[in-house]
Amino acid sequence: MTVEMLSIIGAALAVSVGAIGPAFAEGRAIAAAMEAIARQPEASGTISRTLFVGLAMIETMAIYCLVVALLLLYANPFTQ
Amino acid sequence: MKLQLHPLHTEVWFHVGPVPITAEVVTTWVIMAILVLVSWLSMRRAQVRGGWLQSTVEVTVEAIADQIKAILCIDPWPYLPLLGTLFIYLVFANLSGVLPGVVAPTAHIETPAALALIVFFSVQFYGLKEQGLKGYVKGYLEPNPLLLPLNLLSQITRSFSMMVRLFGNMMSHEFIIAIVLFLAGLFVPVPFMLLGILIGLIQAFIFTVLATVYVGGAVSATEAR
Repeated sequence: MTVEMLSIIGAALAVSVGAIGPAFAEGRAIAAAMEAIARQPEASGTISRTLFVGLAMIETMAIYCLVVALLLLYANPFTQ
Repeated sequence: MKLQLHPLHTEVWFHVGPVPITAEVVTTWVIMAILVLVSWLSMRRAQVRGGWLQSTVEVTVEAIADQIKAILCIDPWPYLPLLGTLFIYLVFANLSGVLPGVVAPTAHIETPAALALIVFFSVQFYGLKEQGLKGYVKGYLEPNPLLLPLNLLSQITRSFSMMVRLFGNMMSHEFIIAIVLFLAGLFVPVPFMLLGILIGLIQAFIFTVLATVYVGGAVSATEAR
């Protein structure tokens, strides 16, 4: 196993494992928002704005994983 | 044929003195010129019963002001120049990637870094201006002076995450299109490009809403108590 192979495996693992948690979290957040809008359609503006901000926060975790993967693939400090 | 991609690569077009000018900077200049020109044209002879251009600009500005007011619950107009400009610029910058031959400036890390730095310093500036030096420093010692390092860290990490979120979304979208085009062929990436328009608009909205929330947190910390 060279460093390059380990980096590629690490990048794939980072994205695939790191996407699971945010995916579940976003599903739960959207389900809760749907329920809230169904109960109170008049509050849909506030709910969807808060939902977007919350989704952005959750998504950040997945994007951190993506950045780690891209660093491993393109700017790996151990292979230069 | 070989797929050559690099997420941090920028194409240098020419040099002004020692400063390299990349394609994204030129795109930003063009967007700035268009925005300034449209603003100047629409408000050059502003009337009570304006033409279609003036009305469009007015409706846009009023809509952004309403949204900011809904988030901040205070008068939005002092913060509208920063936040509204940020939103309109981001919409244009994110959607400029749709044009053939143009790279979205936000898909390279320098532009989101600059925008996040602008937001970071404006949050400090507005906090100092509204709360005074005493209230500003007190905000960092808030529940307990022991939490000062964590408060400082959160200021830095949230700016960093703003930068990485915008950059990651726009860049990964471009990457997906490039990879699908490389693997599948000419017309297959079209649905991804349609999705890219949606992603660009949502990311512009999210960046602005987060900037608004941070500014609001810095400004109205005293009012909330």
